Amino acid sequence: MKLKANLISGRTADQGAHLEAKTYKGYFDACAYCELNSSDLGKLGVSEGDSLKVTTNFGEVVVFAKANDGNPDGLAFIPMGPWANAVLDPDTHGCGMPGLKGVPSEIEATKEEPLDMKSLMKQYRED
Amino acid sequence: MPVIKDAVCSLCGSLCDDITVTVEDNKITKIENACILGHSKFVGMFEHDRIEKPMIRKEGELVPVSYEEAIEAASKILVNSRRTLSYGWCSTSCEAISKAIQLAEETGSLIDSTANVCHGPSALAAQEKGAPGASLGEIKNRADVIVFWGCNPVHAHPRHMSRYSSFSKGFFSTKGRKSRKMVVIDVRKTDTAKLADKYVEIEQGSDLLLITALRSAVNGHEDVIPETVAGISKEEVLELAETLKNAQFSCIFFGMGVTQSRSKYKNGDGVSSLISDLNQHSKAVMIGMRGHYNVTGFGQVATWETGFPMAIDFARGFPYYNPGETGANDVLVREEADAAIISAADAGAHFPQKAVRHLAKIPVIQIDPYANPTTELADVVIPAAVVGIEAEGTAYRMDAIPLRMKKLIDTEFKTDEQIAKDLIAKVRELKEGA
Repeated sequence: MKLKANLISGRTADQGAHLEAKTYKGYFDACAYCELNSSDLGKLGVSEGDSLKVTTNFGEVVVFAKANDGNPDGLAFIPMGPWANAVLDPDTHGCGMPGLKGVPSEIEATKEEPLDMKSLMKQYRED
Repeated sequence: MPVIKDAVCSLCGSLCDDITVTVEDNKITKIENACILGHSKFVGMFEHDRIEKPMIRKEGELVPVSYEEAIEAASKILVNSRRTLSYGWCSTSCEAISKAIQLAEETGSLIDSTANVCHGPSALAAQEKGAPGASLGEIKNRADVIVFWGCNPVHAHPRHMSRYSSFSKGFFSTKGRKSRKMVVIDVRKTDTAKLADKYVEIEQGSDLLLITALRSAVNGHEDVIPETVAGISKEEVLELAETLKNAQFSCIFFGMGVTQSRSKYKNGDGVSSLISDLNQHSKAVMIGMRGHYNVTGFGQVATWETGFPMAIDFARGFPYYNPGETGANDVLVREEADAAIISAADAGAHFPQKAVRHLAKIPVIQIDPYANPTTELADVVIPAAVVGIEAEGTAYRMDAIPLRMKKLIDTEFKTDEQIAKDLIAKVRELKEGA
């Protein structure tokens, strides 16, 4: 089952507290997740901590699931960082700013595990 | 055991200047008044993955080299490239930024700040319609209506509400939180929204619709507003317009929900126009919630020195400005840059995949105290001192107030300013030899 969601990225306090510790697990824990409300997680049949594959027109990324009932239905949030940026919109629409909030996505449960930061960046070197 | 008061925190755009640190054996062991971000910056730094030595990538691996070798390798990259992108320079001092701009001019590079992925659209909006602002002190003292639009200070600027806005006690706001009405406009109920007197949940991508509806209401044209706008009722729109119109002094703090969502800089343009409309009835200002502690400083220095706040292209031999063409992401996504120098910011972590893919293909010079995703792409890495802790310097707060950051501990690491100076000297030497 694939859930259609509108994806946004943004800051969190934990992500911010790891801005100068991005090679540490704390940064991975703070950024490699996708937040959906409990109802949407239920539709996908996942619990917090299970893996989700998020796909957009720009790429796909595996992150772990987190619940946030402040999100309305169909709103996915991934903290700013390399995991979110794997799938966000590079088009700046002639003004310089890429599409970092509001990218249509499809989300599904997966057995794959999220990549750690260095493995994710390695993919760019090997492309 | 020296205790240093009134240290300035060098993490976010709040630039809190009331930090007290205790220094023992050249380490910061205790900190008072800092939030989780400041704590990580000052105390956490001794546990972070510090880049200890300059490095050059040889056969895929970064190997330690001398500082002189790294400067020479970096300078060769700069001299041999035709279209260098210089990016970042926001987690550093104004003094370093000035040198970075000089280096960009010397090498005919394009230089851009973190505003490219943050408040760049706000600069464009200000250039279109102005940016009526105030100091944060004025907000604390006078504002009776505070709006957080598309921003989440509980997470991104944790002490903002207690020092400068919602909870602060000022001259005309002696009852603190009770002196104010706090409105939060967002697409989801954030931790900041939970503290609001009024939370307005809008449909994603519809900020410009709500702004336009509010302007219509403020300007006496309620009749054109449909029954539902941006996912909220006309009644709610009119109520919000009345709240703003009847304020003594209102302030709209705005963030990435305004700059990064669908209408991008047109949202900021709309907010500025709304502020202008409100100023026909009461006093209203807008302040962008700046992210990096000195991104505002970059805008200041760049404007004095080149005439433009960001996205400055020196390829023609004079400053040329055209965000959308000369933005950092623009020039990477078009695969136009043939080299990059990234300092005091992290493009590897914060740029979308297409831009990062291109960075992986070109020679990258990194100047930073800490290893991060950009390090994974870098070919020359030069460690830098931490400004605000190991080096003093000037930074500008989100409301464009300059503050002097203190040196709290000693270090062997060179400052960004010194490294930029050394690069300028080496580049000149190599160019003369050519």
